[in-house]
Amino acid sequence: MPEWLISLIITSVKILIVEVVLLTAVAYSVYAERRLSAFIQNRLGPNRVGPQGLFQPLVDVIKLVLKEDIVPDSANKFIHSLAPGISVAVALSTFAVIPFGDKIILFDREIKLQIADVNIGVLYILALLSLGVYGITLSGWSSNNKYSLLGGLRASAQMISYELAMGISVLGIILANGTLELDTIVANQFGWKWNIILQPLGFLTFLVSSFAETNRTPFDLPEAEQELVGGYHTEYSSMKFALFFLAEYANVVVASAFITTLFLGGWQFPYLQNFGLPAFWVSIIQVLTFCAKVFFMVIFFIWVRWTIPRFRYDQLMNLGWKVMLPIALVNLVITAAFLVLTK
Amino acid sequence: MYSDYGQVLIFLIFALGFVAIALVSAWIVSPKRPTKGKYTTYECGEDTVGETWVKFNIRFYITALIFIIFDVEIVFLFPWAVVFKEIGMLAFIEMAAFLLVLIVGLVYVWAKGDLQWDKPQPEIPKLDREIFKAGN
Repeated sequence: MPEWLISLIITSVKILIVEVVLLTAVAYSVYAERRLSAFIQNRLGPNRVGPQGLFQPLVDVIKLVLKEDIVPDSANKFIHSLAPGISVAVALSTFAVIPFGDKIILFDREIKLQIADVNIGVLYILALLSLGVYGITLSGWSSNNKYSLLGGLRASAQMISYELAMGISVLGIILANGTLELDTIVANQFGWKWNIILQPLGFLTFLVSSFAETNRTPFDLPEAEQELVGGYHTEYSSMKFALFFLAEYANVVVASAFITTLFLGGWQFPYLQNFGLPAFWVSIIQVLTFCAKVFFMVIFFIWVRWTIPRFRYDQLMNLGWKVMLPIALVNLVITAAFLVLTK
Repeated sequence: MYSDYGQVLIFLIFALGFVAIALVSAWIVSPKRPTKGKYTTYECGEDTVGETWVKFNIRFYITALIFIIFDVEIVFLFPWAVVFKEIGMLAFIEMAAFLLVLIVGLVYVWAKGDLQWDKPQPEIPKLDREIFKAGN
């Protein structure tokens, strides 16, 4: 077999595995959300389909596919159909640069456990996260519905406000590592040197901003049910609604993976090299470590949603511009000063 | 073999393929029973009142403008952060001056009240007489 074909097959298989695992994780984070929220509110949640309701996501998808797709007459039909596609494609492709393991040796080939080792990985993810706002804004505008328009407006203003704090809080890590490559950032977090310990202030602002970027409670004003019915997806039904739902949870999973990569040491298992395991098992444990950390962050996202009430809009904007942005700037200056003085 | 962006492109093609399969399969499977009422704009069951694309609050526009200014400045910070360790003190001083300008801008916008969003001031209904008097 020619070399180009082999590498195409390897790349495709890697991508296929990652996307299937990602979509399954997304589907089951919906299930986890419903079950956990039920436990938090002293209910049972979905527990009928399969053992402990484990097949619930499957049934939900089938139900949504079998619904009639309704596009209102007054909507801009092309953009109305395009918007959920943008949301999902953008949310999924963010995962292309996240390293989920170091290297694995299979069939005498060294395979890097990362789809694309882009040398500006951090910028790539930040850029795609801000592209996500297009899906929401376009869906709000094209529906020709007042609730949708207001939801889209709120979402765009909120996401651009918190993007600033997010970008600046990442800068502290880039200063310390001197690179935008995600795999180098992870490799530098060996042992106890996780960035959450080295950059606690940056971690805090980044965490809060990522809650706002994913439109999760306490920042879920774009879809505040009591005021806006369904927010930007009021006029969506059937598969298009499912795609928006999927995009929302894909964003949660991706944000968790991004936080894990930047602050929680990515696939690093502290002091794993001291155990003297064979290389293959080390790789497997590292991938599992990465999955476990992402899982923990997803659970944290869900937990926060069912614990904290929603902000008012002026509070949200005040927090973004007058608290998060200054804190992130202070963190940046402190990090830079520390690096210069200890050099 | 493939460049990194080539792999990103393949990833994007897979993602778009997933979206296309989902939409097309739903389009094939889903029932189509159009009635007139179904395709009207939803507004809590009432007929819609007035235009949808109304003038929105000017603050959204101002926020977007301020965002663009600050975002461009952050774009300048990224290359600085990458080479910071190599250049050292000089980079720190230069960027401190740059950040000072950024912070002055933030303070200006703040003082002008462009970051101020209206706080809702609900009128809480008050009774002018006491219904129950405790004690007597």
